[in-house]
Amino acid sequence: MARAFKLPDLGEGIHEGEVLSVLVAIGDDITEGDLILEVETDKAAVEIPSPYTGKILEILVKPGDIVKVGDALMTFSNGDEAEVIPAEISVPSANALQTEPKEDITKPIADQGPVPASPATRRLARELDVDLRKIEPSGSGGRVTAEDVRRFAAQAVGPAPLNTESILPSAPPVAPVTMDANLPNFSKWGTTERVPFRSIRRAIGKQMSLAWSQIPHVTSQGSVDITRLEEFRRRHINDIEAKGGKLTLSVFALKAAATALRAYPNFNASLDLENEEIIIKHYYHIGVAVDTAEGLIVPVIRDVDRKSITELAIELNELVQRTRARKASLDDMQGGTFTITNIGPMGTGYFAPIINYPQVAIMGLGAAKMQPVVIENETDGYEIVPRLILPVVLTIDHRVLDGADASRFMQVVIDSLQDPDELLMTMV
Amino acid sequence: MVMGELVQKTDVLVIGGGPGGYAAAFRAADLGLDVTLVELNARPGGVCLFRGCIPSKTYLYLSELLYDAQRAAKMGIAFSPPTIDINGMRAWKAKVVDRLATGLVNLSEKRGIQLLQGRAAFENPRQVRLFENEISHIKFHSAIIATGSHPISLPGVKIKKEGRIMSSTEALELADIPKSLLVIGGGYVGLELGSVYASLGSQVTLIEKGDRLLPGVDDDLLRPLNHRLKKLFTAIRLQTGVTALTETEELVRATLESASGTQQETFDRALIAIGRKPNTQGLGLENTSIELDPQGFIVVDEQQRTAEKYIFAVGDVAGGLLLAHKASREGKIAAEVIAGQPSAFDARAIPAVVYTDPQIAWCGLTETEAQVQNRSVRIERFPWQASGRAATMGATDGLTKIIVDAATERILGIGITGRHVEGLIAEGVLAIEMGAVAEDMALSIHPHPTLSETESEAAEIFLGSATHILAKK
Repeated sequence: MARAFKLPDLGEGIHEGEVLSVLVAIGDDITEGDLILEVETDKAAVEIPSPYTGKILEILVKPGDIVKVGDALMTFSNGDEAEVIPAEISVPSANALQTEPKEDITKPIADQGPVPASPATRRLARELDVDLRKIEPSGSGGRVTAEDVRRFAAQAVGPAPLNTESILPSAPPVAPVTMDANLPNFSKWGTTERVPFRSIRRAIGKQMSLAWSQIPHVTSQGSVDITRLEEFRRRHINDIEAKGGKLTLSVFALKAAATALRAYPNFNASLDLENEEIIIKHYYHIGVAVDTAEGLIVPVIRDVDRKSITELAIELNELVQRTRARKASLDDMQGGTFTITNIGPMGTGYFAPIINYPQVAIMGLGAAKMQPVVIENETDGYEIVPRLILPVVLTIDHRVLDGADASRFMQVVIDSLQDPDELLMTMV
Repeated sequence: MVMGELVQKTDVLVIGGGPGGYAAAFRAADLGLDVTLVELNARPGGVCLFRGCIPSKTYLYLSELLYDAQRAAKMGIAFSPPTIDINGMRAWKAKVVDRLATGLVNLSEKRGIQLLQGRAAFENPRQVRLFENEISHIKFHSAIIATGSHPISLPGVKIKKEGRIMSSTEALELADIPKSLLVIGGGYVGLELGSVYASLGSQVTLIEKGDRLLPGVDDDLLRPLNHRLKKLFTAIRLQTGVTALTETEELVRATLESASGTQQETFDRALIAIGRKPNTQGLGLENTSIELDPQGFIVVDEQQRTAEKYIFAVGDVAGGLLLAHKASREGKIAAEVIAGQPSAFDARAIPAVVYTDPQIAWCGLTETEAQVQNRSVRIERFPWQASGRAATMGATDGLTKIIVDAATERILGIGITGRHVEGLIAEGVLAIEMGAVAEDMALSIHPHPTLSETESEAAEIFLGSATHILAKK
């Protein structure tokens, strides 16, 4: 009697993964616990052991396939047929025999008739794997709109509704990456190779397309003289390291951002277009963009305003390590209200980051460099001195914030970073 | 492998270059896949372009011209009787077909599609053998079967290439204008081609086994055409079959059987238009696990996938309505699924058009189906006697009908007969696909004076107040 092995719930809100490798072949005799598949989720590569003992009859996936929790992966014959059959017949549970393909979401139920929805909406529903029949329609005459489908898909994925929180990169698939249908055949001009656009890369693609298509972005630039801050940083770098922390510029930036967010709460917000409201959050959870081998991941540090520089240095260091090792949990990535991205270590100066939707602003740090600065001295007017200058950029959602707001926010950040004493005051 | 045998590899192999196959190939190429299209003929286009839609519509347009020139006398313009140059007609048709075929070749080349002439047969589920081509094998990642269908003949009757017993293929060659023509089959092919020959001067006798023409088409939509064909054709004999059909050098001898008895008659030519069969022979399907349904069509799922994971089938060979536009959509779906998109065939309205004069077009639910399914619907008709535009064209015998869900007021079906309804039906398709209610159609402003107003006015009748007709209270 054949039994299907379906992708089990991998926990932590993971709904799908990419098959990296199939470790067995049709006809193999497998003992329960043998590793049969390697699956990469948005967070980690997982080796999946067999729950059954038996011979493999069918392998329904291949490397590169995206599989969802509950999808049949392979079927097993079972040596103890006599025992298994009655059990399966009497207890039709989630583990019961399943060789039927996944339920077809497009097939209308005969007695209900098809759900009224335009062809494009129906296609979107397939893309987001949403059953149109489960959606409360908002269109006239009971029509399901594209917006209904998106909202439903967003709600179905996590407990957090789209308009209050989102996560990166495990964000719900709210906006599909649009397909460029007009790609030429590049191999006409030379050799090419095709690399899968999957996992984290795909999640980033969705999140960025969504942010870029929804938010009118405006970026402003500023520079901060961090000569004194750098002296302060070097003075304390060792004692903080002794405590397990890493005193990087990002730590100060977190603190400076929290100060500015408290001063200008509209930056710590999300826009709820449907209810025509701006949601202002009274907590300061700041996401920090981390460059990993697989791509960008943004874990979140909670209650930045209530933590000391030392605490933040320790927590940030630990969080970055965990993220690079793909060990950060889904919790670590949820709930951010603002994001900081520091590409200084890579040497870039100014840049224009994309907002981490549904947040409304993102701050970026470039590479600090010694630069000649004209300063006014008390005796003979002006002089040129070498100072360490840090490029700071701030991108805002122009629906919620204006350029003037950005300047004001930026000034708080500049003042905080320019003067470590002031920054330390805010720690109290 | 034999030395010198050329083996090629391709992402997507499309077998058959008709509207299903070339649409699939073009879409796959546009999605960045490497595509090879194998076609029996030198150029893509298939039955539709070379032996179907395009040649027949070319001739039907000329038939319409003849009819219009004749009836213009009643409107104050009299033409002298036309001179029909059959060679000129054939040349014109060839020019039309050539122009479109060249276009398809260009479109294929610009997309980087490899066009191969030959016949492909599966050797196994990942490779085909190619005949009549210097490349002998093609390995593919995915294949799309789009081999179409061919006209069937009567049992025991062989259709010869230049014989007097013809299928639609030979009829469209327009070898001559026979004095008398027997058309066997009252489906749309028989009616369209019968109309062409009758317009050119043939005496057309049409026989149909059933008790009416165009089975499946609602009675009220058929009525104006029936009326016209009774004048155009010499005879329409329903519930009449052929028990024997033979040809000599000079004529065709047919034994016709009906309730009133059996009689032998002779005609100059005969056209057999009784249906089509899928082209699955010689495809090597036995070397795959592809399944056929009892009628011989390839069984596919809503993603056009056959029982073989990497082999898809689209168009006539996959059954359903044997229509070019349905084949094209299926072809695109197969290509998109291969490219990893979540496409599926979920059309709610596939339009059908009979290009006679008057034309008949419909989509979605028909009145007949609504009755059979016992659906709770309201049906509204707008007769073209009330259409200003129809009056200007002397085409007031048309009818526009909408079928609306009684509870939700959603438009479920549209049927139209009259002049140029081929274009009018698209609005109905869009309405059904969008889930439009009758009010949506009524409130969308339609240009005046046009035949398209008949659609919004039918919807207005549904709402209880139409401008150009008194709605029933």
